[in-house]
Amino acid sequence: MDSGQVLVIVAAGLLAVAAIAQTAVVGIVQVGDAVAFGSLVALGELLRITLPGNRESAPIAAAGALGYALLLGMGEQPAVHSALQVIVITAGGMIVGALPHVAAGRPAKLAGMASRLIAVACVAFAFRPLARIPEIRGHWWAALPVMTLLVVLAWFVDAVIGALIRTEELPARFSVALWDELRVQLPLGVAVGASALLIAFSSEVMGLAAVWVFTGPLLVTQVAFRRYVGIRSTYLETVRALSRMTEVGGYVEGGHSRRVSVLAVAVGRELGMHEPELLELEYAALMHDIGQLSLRDPIPGGATVLVSSADQRRIAELGADVIGQAGVLDQVADIVRRQSEPARGAEPEPPAASRIIRAANAFDDLVGNSADRDRASAALERLRLGTAAEYDPGVVEALSRVVGRRALSRA
Amino acid sequence: MGRLSRATWVYVVAVAVTAAILIARGPLGSIDWPMLAVLAILFLICESSSASGGPRQFTWSPSYAATLASVVLLGPVGAAIVGTVAALRLRRGLLVVQRLFNGGMYALSAYAAGAAFVALGGQPGIPDQASFPEIIGPFAVAALVHLLVNHGLLRGVLWLTRDGDQASNALGRLDLRLMLSDLGYAAFGLLIAALWQVVGPFAPVLVLIPLFVARWAIGQYTAQQKAYEAMMAALCKAVETKDFYTRGHSERVSRGSAMLAREIGMRPGRLEAITYAGMLHDVGKLGVPTKLLQKSGRLTEEEFAAIQLHPMRGLEIVREIGFLDEALAGIMHHHERIDGRGYPLGLAGDEIPEFARVIAVADAFDSMTSTRSYRGARRVDEAIAELRKWSGSQFDPALVDAFVTALEREGWQRREPVVPPPGGSAEGVTARDHDDPTAPLWVESR
Repeated sequence: MDSGQVLVIVAAGLLAVAAIAQTAVVGIVQVGDAVAFGSLVALGELLRITLPGNRESAPIAAAGALGYALLLGMGEQPAVHSALQVIVITAGGMIVGALPHVAAGRPAKLAGMASRLIAVACVAFAFRPLARIPEIRGHWWAALPVMTLLVVLAWFVDAVIGALIRTEELPARFSVALWDELRVQLPLGVAVGASALLIAFSSEVMGLAAVWVFTGPLLVTQVAFRRYVGIRSTYLETVRALSRMTEVGGYVEGGHSRRVSVLAVAVGRELGMHEPELLELEYAALMHDIGQLSLRDPIPGGATVLVSSADQRRIAELGADVIGQAGVLDQVADIVRRQSEPARGAEPEPPAASRIIRAANAFDDLVGNSADRDRASAALERLRLGTAAEYDPGVVEALSRVVGRRALSRA
Repeated sequence: MGRLSRATWVYVVAVAVTAAILIARGPLGSIDWPMLAVLAILFLICESSSASGGPRQFTWSPSYAATLASVVLLGPVGAAIVGTVAALRLRRGLLVVQRLFNGGMYALSAYAAGAAFVALGGQPGIPDQASFPEIIGPFAVAALVHLLVNHGLLRGVLWLTRDGDQASNALGRLDLRLMLSDLGYAAFGLLIAALWQVVGPFAPVLVLIPLFVARWAIGQYTAQQKAYEAMMAALCKAVETKDFYTRGHSERVSRGSAMLAREIGMRPGRLEAITYAGMLHDVGKLGVPTKLLQKSGRLTEEEFAAIQLHPMRGLEIVREIGFLDEALAGIMHHHERIDGRGYPLGLAGDEIPEFARVIAVADAFDSMTSTRSYRGARRVDEAIAELRKWSGSQFDPALVDAFVTALEREGWQRREPVVPPPGGSAEGVTARDHDDPTAPLWVESR
């Protein structure tokens, strides 16, 4: 586990312990509401979903916890619970909801829970004192903007923590990671925020029924997201698997497509590409040799770096045609088509992804599966010599950094 | 829509005029116009959002929530005015007559719902804590009345404008499930009305946001799934490009397997998996040297063994995809025979996974109805006769029967007759199709 994750978990843990200690002294107020919201959080934690990019999310738990933090009253009764009680109930619900995951042998995903708890705590500390002010309690036009602002804050805090963890894990640039995080979390964040506000407001009219009524639409949203993410990952898995067709057919060396795609994505990330671009880059890198399937005779060793540029162009064209037939990844088809062009001097300049794949492909053709450092540095040297025309100097530099880091982690 | 009959015009005008008269009769004085404006805008947004046509298994009618909220908050006349806004629906290409009808239809159904609500003792206006739970009864009846009037008027216009066949199809779609889901959306109307007290005009915004996000996610899901299927088909086509005669085979086998699977009543999840398995069943052929697939003479035993390996090669490629295990088993065993003389494992009878037995039938059928270098395409009835001949030895008899039944109902879109490639060399084509039960591969015996 990275130190960033540990830090977040420890911070959330300390927060929870302090809140529990304090609440143990003063006791829990309005126990019925606390239990209802705690069970909603537990349920939501049980029904976690994974968002694109392997991000963990628990929309129902988040909506429940935020709703509790923003609660104004239950029926006629004003809500008087403290921020610390919100933390206790949220943490308790999370732990109860995570237990079945642990029992089933799935990871508890502490970092995600910690991040959500910290976001909720920020909202609770900000809003619980405000909830006692009669002007806020009595007028929706005063309460609504404050609440909306706080819900946005929660989304932002969660994204910042997520981005911090990813920046260290991948590694990526913080600004890029934050932007990706915010973008991926936005649609679900909007639904969570709206539901939290609904729960907070409608509890005044409908009492506890509101808690369950407004979980309904969120449940539908969550089911839809789960299916969306499922098909997305099946899609990627399928392209990954089918990209091996060229290997099974003896056109390229075993593992070539996968290695090129991993290397290309690492270089793209090094160059500050965002996730949607990285996804296209990965698809294109996986399928960059698919055009070879149309060749009658495999190229000896499959190394496209060694064949004439006319042949390279033909393979790239054929591959782009295959991808273009699907009509859904036209951008990817274009990347594959233009990977055969020299990175410099072409008008217009090939897309960054094409330049990355050109370099990554050449590197892998020269080095292959070998972990030999001399061979890698010889290959890098050859790429550097080609930066006058063939390869993009920026890409080659990023590639050498990635390769250097890899050698370090292997050593 | 072609030229409209006079009856249709009369019908549409009658609906619109009735709505106009009901609104004009008022009372208009007591209406809260700012509230009406908010609800009308909301209704317009909801109504326009349904224009883009969502995925099939997902009904989308949030405008029901807006109308029913208007019924509670504004009463019959106000709700009818909100309903007329349907005529302004933001969508290009709508004819004036369509707009007229939409506005009239929604106004009438909202008015009817409002009348029912008031008749049963509902008090139009912002409900407070004291209104619950008494309000639920009249509201439920109002929602039901709205639904029935709305669907009734719609059926009328469908019946008048389309010929019998299409009308019954369209009417068939207005099934119970759709009505139930519409009632579900209507229930959100009560929530909007109840929340008006605490958040005013933001009530509908808050209530509808999660629904719109859900719709967005479902749209994304559908788009991804379509993209996925198109991509898989394109990659499978890439495998076939080398052999002129087998082009389109994967896609047709996929379709045939799905047709047979539907016929034997497979549930949707498995149906989807077998569609994919049918598509991917032959990717392992890539692992077989092209010259073996194209060899015209007898094969040595080693060569035959290499061909027999292709289902395993296919499995090797697709194993990492998060499919149902059944789909993988289907790909691996699609050349097993019921009598146990198939490959790779020589399974017999029920030992062969169902997916594999289904794919085997569709696979052989497509091979027989397509042209091969050594023979022309067989007619569908000849191919059926061949299937029957091998039923019980190569194929599962029950599946052959089901396949024939499905064929008779749905027909078979077979490959266009193939003209051999220009240049006409025998090179680059399959000499003996390994899928063709009528032309067994010749293996040299030692």
